[in-house]
Amino acid sequence: MATKASRAAARLMISPAVLLLLGWMIVPLSLTVYFSFLRYNLLMPGDNPFVGWENYQWFVTDTSFTAAMVNTLLLVGGVLLITVLGGILFALLLDQPMWGQGVIRIMVIAPFFVMPTVSGLVWKNMFMNPVNGIFGHIAQGLGMAPIDFFSQVPLLSIIGIVSWQWLPFATLILLTALQSLDQEQLEAAEMDGASWPARFWFIMLPHLARAITVVILIQTIFLLSVFAEILVTTNGGPGTATTNLTYLIYVSSLLQYDVGMGSAGGVIAIILANIVAIFLMRMIGKNLDA
Amino acid sequence: MARATAPARKALTTAIAGTLAFVMFFPILWIVVLSFKSEVDAIRAPLQVLSSGWTLDSYGAVQERSDYFKHFWNSVIISLGSTFLGLLVAIPAAWAMAFVPGKQTRNVLMWMLSTKMLPPVGVLVPIYLLFINFGLLDTRIGLVVVLMLINLPIIIWMLYTYFREIPGEILEAARMDGASLREEVLYVLTPMALPGIASTILLNVILAWNEAFWTLNLTASRAAPLTAFIASYSSPEGLFYAKLSAASVMAIAPILIMGWFSQKQLVRGLTFGAVK
Amino acid sequence: MRLRNATVAATAIALVTGGSAVAEDLTIATVNNSDMIIMQKLSPQWEEATGHTLNWVVLEENVLRQRVTTDIATKGGSFDIVTIGAYEAPIWGKQGWLNALDDLGDAYDYADIFEPVRNGLSADGTLYAVPFYAESSFTFYRTDLFEKAGLEKPAEQITYDQFAEMVAQLHDPENGVYGTCQRGKAGWGENMAFVGPMVNAFGGRWFDMEWNPTIDSPEWKAAITYYVDLMNNYGPPGASSNGHNENRALFADGKCATWVDATSAAGYIFNPNESSVADKTDFFQAPKQVTDKGTGWFWAWALAVPSSSTKVDAAKEFLAWATSKDYVTLVGESEGWVAAPPGTRKSTYENAAYVEAAPFAKTVETSILAANPADPTKDPVPYTGIQFVAIPEFQGIGNYVGQQIAAALAGQQSVDQALANSQTFAVREMTKAGYIK
Repeated sequence: MATKASRAAARLMISPAVLLLLGWMIVPLSLTVYFSFLRYNLLMPGDNPFVGWENYQWFVTDTSFTAAMVNTLLLVGGVLLITVLGGILFALLLDQPMWGQGVIRIMVIAPFFVMPTVSGLVWKNMFMNPVNGIFGHIAQGLGMAPIDFFSQVPLLSIIGIVSWQWLPFATLILLTALQSLDQEQLEAAEMDGASWPARFWFIMLPHLARAITVVILIQTIFLLSVFAEILVTTNGGPGTATTNLTYLIYVSSLLQYDVGMGSAGGVIAIILANIVAIFLMRMIGKNLDA
Repeated sequence: MARATAPARKALTTAIAGTLAFVMFFPILWIVVLSFKSEVDAIRAPLQVLSSGWTLDSYGAVQERSDYFKHFWNSVIISLGSTFLGLLVAIPAAWAMAFVPGKQTRNVLMWMLSTKMLPPVGVLVPIYLLFINFGLLDTRIGLVVVLMLINLPIIIWMLYTYFREIPGEILEAARMDGASLREEVLYVLTPMALPGIASTILLNVILAWNEAFWTLNLTASRAAPLTAFIASYSSPEGLFYAKLSAASVMAIAPILIMGWFSQKQLVRGLTFGAVK
Repeated sequence: MRLRNATVAATAIALVTGGSAVAEDLTIATVNNSDMIIMQKLSPQWEEATGHTLNWVVLEENVLRQRVTTDIATKGGSFDIVTIGAYEAPIWGKQGWLNALDDLGDAYDYADIFEPVRNGLSADGTLYAVPFYAESSFTFYRTDLFEKAGLEKPAEQITYDQFAEMVAQLHDPENGVYGTCQRGKAGWGENMAFVGPMVNAFGGRWFDMEWNPTIDSPEWKAAITYYVDLMNNYGPPGASSNGHNENRALFADGKCATWVDATSAAGYIFNPNESSVADKTDFFQAPKQVTDKGTGWFWAWALAVPSSSTKVDAAKEFLAWATSKDYVTLVGESEGWVAAPPGTRKSTYENAAYVEAAPFAKTVETSILAANPADPTKDPVPYTGIQFVAIPEFQGIGNYVGQQIAAALAGQQSVDQALANSQTFAVREMTKAGYIK
């Protein structure tokens, strides 16, 4: 179908995007790689000598590093699990006929429109604060000791907040996918006596597979760099309980102003993210190729 | 949908879905409530909060302290600007990938997505230095460009999936009729993809509106959007729940209202190619 | 005709050149605490008087510090006036990032500023930041609760052990009163501001004379164990996420019996519009333990002009206004004297209206004059600073140790573990920075 001329035109049309992204990637990346081999602390001006792999060594041997890796995985995995399962549930529910569907839908989607900073602040102060928050008030009303979320279950609290923000997104995509399901096929199965679980398992779920893949891919990209929610609630603590890789890099480069070490962390994060990306591409490649 | 639904079942579904939706929406509802309370009432137990008096004081206090409309306009300009600039670059690219796919198309697409994985905190200092050199610090144009670049992969991908659903024969027919490439994109493709483009715009405006790292770190005062506005209310002294609520409502209301009106578009349009 | 044109042109040029000197557009970055918000509220008066305009960037402390440091260190020039603390001023001044502020004129009356405050904001004898307000720390307590428990206000400085006994008697969670509220939120300017002077009192120090960290010493262990036990037994729930502002709200709301914190918070606690305990609060010195050295901290929020600013003259004009005697009077008269910026000028403490409105004035003055950052510990140290160490590396170390102690407080790890981790980290950082060979 494609002629030589249209190929050339296609290349021309795609090039601005590729060049821009290439620039956006290469310029900061090469600067980051360059800085990662220097002793470069913003607070200590003067010459920035070349130090080889020293920054990488410091970053990787940081006691917080392992914790940050584990937390990143738990955070991404936990949120994905909650949002995908919850999203399927919501999608199935919202796909049913009901009164006031429009209002109910917008209420479910609403958290997606809230800035991460705002949702972090709101959850931290108005809900999870053990003295003045709603959960604290409820616990006191029931005569129980209020849970101090950010010191007793810090990571779980963060996972909860982030899930609240991303559940609408998963719901939206899964709902759209569900609506495109061939109703006749479902009805035929029902006639044949297939139970609801069987219909769900053999018809709906396979139909949703692509949508689930998309949810996982897009969310992973955003979840790997969760930052604002941690910054305004726990500052990565207590200890390193909620420090993810992004936050650890923030600590090195913008709290300790050690640009060299922060850059080394940045390079490591990019490499890890790309490993994840390759993994996801394999997965999605199988599922998405038409 | 030939199936008739029993009213009882419909009522049950409505009740369950309504309850869950209320739970999801409650945090937003609650800050709206708190924003109309006095600081002293705002920290009381929920039932006492509801029974206390209503006031607009917090909105007045917030507006007196920070110029809301300046931040609001910056947010509007930055999010719309970056989205439209992004579309300008993305439409041709997505067209090319959808209708003239090569061997590398899938890899190029995935590579584009992977640029989104660059952790912003790691590259702030290099970008900051570049911004100083180009005099872009605290300018809207600087932020428009950065946010455009950040969201470009998503825009391209979304458009690509919409364009792919458009049957190629239509384009060929147009070509037979002697339409130029420009005309083809402008008069045939774009109208057909309009719902998809609308969803893309919506999603990207939301993402740009809520982006809080670059917008906070690359601005000072002139170009500071609502994310910077909210940052000054995050942990002030004394009681602050009502003021924080008022500021939060002011920061999220515009995008929430936009979302409300475009709800149908979002529900139908956000597929990312997930629907065959 | 020609002549007229020339005159018009000349006038225009005069207007343009003259105009740039007269009406500058300044960007000012400040922290979002109440004193600064009052300054923002009053500044239109200055704008009217001078014709300059101000653009405000008001941020939460941590965000402000990061934002301002990034900009100043990269010479970004985003800000013409910045709010910095007693920790940054000397370090940044030495590095040439700030304009010297020795030339604000005779009317400014430098001699009126408390000497420790001036010294704290100078490097090598040059003043780099002018104080907006300054503070030490002391113990706030509730007179009504003391009376109920049969306790007397201590006449002399008590020890932390005596303090703990006192707190135990006051603790009454059933009635919503916690024995003590102390900072637990991690950060060198948050929990470490309380922990630092407490460690000093227990005879500990950050570094020995060779810059070797001593965080794993028995003194640190005794201090941190005391702190964790005290807070777990008599503190409010969620103590590890409470910083200065959270505790201040709790105390003002009547939920705490005692609170060791900034003297500058007194203006708020004694203000009946803001606090429900204004008429039943009093104060005494922060406790000592094995030594009384370095038991009250020293801090100042100050205004400075980055050397990357292009509008230095107008910026200095603002500084001279906002930290002047007249400004203190202006706040006193428009906001009430209790809200006047404390701790900076002798004249404030000689003002009868202030002393009458602020019952804490004398104690605050004594505490500030007594704080000696140059000799903060029992054993000799190579650094200055009471609750901080005035070296650039301290921020990173202080934040990390703060996190570890917060984790111990939250019960996520043991005190030993927290101190061992902290020591390892501090050794790493000091090695990396070249202090330890």
